[in-house]
Amino acid sequence: MKNKHEKFEKNVGLFAIFTLLAISIGGLVEVTPLFFQKATTTPVDNLRPYTALEMEGRDIYIREGCNVCHSQMIRPFRAETERYGHYSVAGEGVWEHPFLWGSKRTGPDLARVGGRYSDDWHLAHLLDPRSVVPESNMPSFKWLAETKLDGELTEKKLSTFNFLTRNRSHKDEQGNAIPLYSETELANAKNAVAGKTEMTALIAYLQSLGHALK
Amino acid sequence: MSSFWSIWITVLTLGTLVGCYLLLNYCLKNFAGVEEGEPTGHVFDGIEELNNPLPKWWSTFFLLTIIWGFGYLLLYPGLGNFQGLLGWKSSNQGILNLSESKASIANAKAAGLLVQYDREVIAATEKYGPIFDAYAERKIIDLATANDDEATSARKVGQRLYLQNCSQCHGSDARGATGFPNLADKDWLYGGSPEMIKATLIHGRKANGMIAWSAALGGEQGVKEVTAYVLSLSGREVDTKAAEAGKVKFAMCAACHGSEGKGSDAMGIALGAPNLTDNIWLYGGSPRAVEMSIANGRAGVMPAWDKILGEQKIHVISAYIYSLSQE
Repeated sequence: MKNKHEKFEKNVGLFAIFTLLAISIGGLVEVTPLFFQKATTTPVDNLRPYTALEMEGRDIYIREGCNVCHSQMIRPFRAETERYGHYSVAGEGVWEHPFLWGSKRTGPDLARVGGRYSDDWHLAHLLDPRSVVPESNMPSFKWLAETKLDGELTEKKLSTFNFLTRNRSHKDEQGNAIPLYSETELANAKNAVAGKTEMTALIAYLQSLGHALK
Repeated sequence: MSSFWSIWITVLTLGTLVGCYLLLNYCLKNFAGVEEGEPTGHVFDGIEELNNPLPKWWSTFFLLTIIWGFGYLLLYPGLGNFQGLLGWKSSNQGILNLSESKASIANAKAAGLLVQYDREVIAATEKYGPIFDAYAERKIIDLATANDDEATSARKVGQRLYLQNCSQCHGSDARGATGFPNLADKDWLYGGSPEMIKATLIHGRKANGMIAWSAALGGEQGVKEVTAYVLSLSGREVDTKAAEAGKVKFAMCAACHGSEGKGSDAMGIALGAPNLTDNIWLYGGSPRAVEMSIANGRAGVMPAWDKILGEQKIHVISAYIYSLSQE
């Protein structure tokens, strides 16, 4: 019998093509179908868009790398749901770009932290975590209380989200897609955040987390 | 899932498994034109390559994993819409709201599906449900003060739940922090009876009354005067002249704090206006801190816990908290 495998081994281009084909199978089976599933493209009933302030807070969350130590993904185990609330479902994350599920929990999961603590607590905790939780090893984020938002890019961010979620927003009675942000909301976006501190924005974002399923 | 994607997943998954088998089979054949174990004629740095076959243990394990793969796909959901013979699922992912989530537990049970998460919860409810039911049947004051095994264990459970959910603000010793009330003393903002503690936990509290008084009191001077009077209520040494002027202005404060400043709890109403005469200061008792409270206002918030913890757990936590101030 002739060794046909030699053809691949001696032809880099051909070998690359077949390698790509082989390693893409996992993605084609496990990822591609999800782009077209109802469960991963339909928002849960109570999902509401982030307000302009919360959206800015979300960007602070990303900038400060909160997702490196805090996950936003409650797994379907009783031990987790007892502590954090209902397990996360796909329909809660359809408007997340990028998603902030995280993969490591140095600190607790934050998927449903909204409303669990008062704004005052979040302020005290972000200024000096050990003032309220002595055993905490979270760093202080006190500069957030001093840096102010100018809101220059807020409108742009919101309209970008309108574009990103255009096929996955809620529908009205006629079945037409309702954009996440109306023209008025876009026009008011800058005023809604300008002059507020990054701390205020981050706390507003944290208080919004998990609202759709509790 | 639409049948297109179901077929897509099934064909690719099974195709890959079959492909792996064919590849393994192909690689087990001898193409070199050299007998097994004989030199191939390739020599590198004096090291000679022999035409050795794939190790038997390795190829056997490879074959076994392929067989295992087919078995897995038969039992568990892996092939598109095929749910697997066991009817196993990790959780009810497709839900759009909490009532659907609840309904899906019953639906899955009726359909004979084995939802891992639901089973975990059902097993735990069967195990712990009766314990909490028994706690719920007893009054909070009874659970908090009795010395029988059940009451003692209820307080232990209450403490665990407290540490997990409440200690972040009120501290692991329940002695509070600046802005977060001490729960281990006898000073209460919204009442310290077992029923009031439970109501506070269930519905939460929001202190709306303490607005910024700076303007109403006539600016900085007025704030300083009222501060002097308020501090004098707990026997602190203050500028008597300022305190006298502050006493007149305190009339505005008396609506919530009472004419003697003993707070809303002493009047038997749940306004959350603290007693100003006991030298317990939620936001700090230095003249500066009291001035800040008066000038800028304070708005403490206790979140509502009924949806997070449920009434039975709150009942037990209330007993634990009540027991702290009875020692």
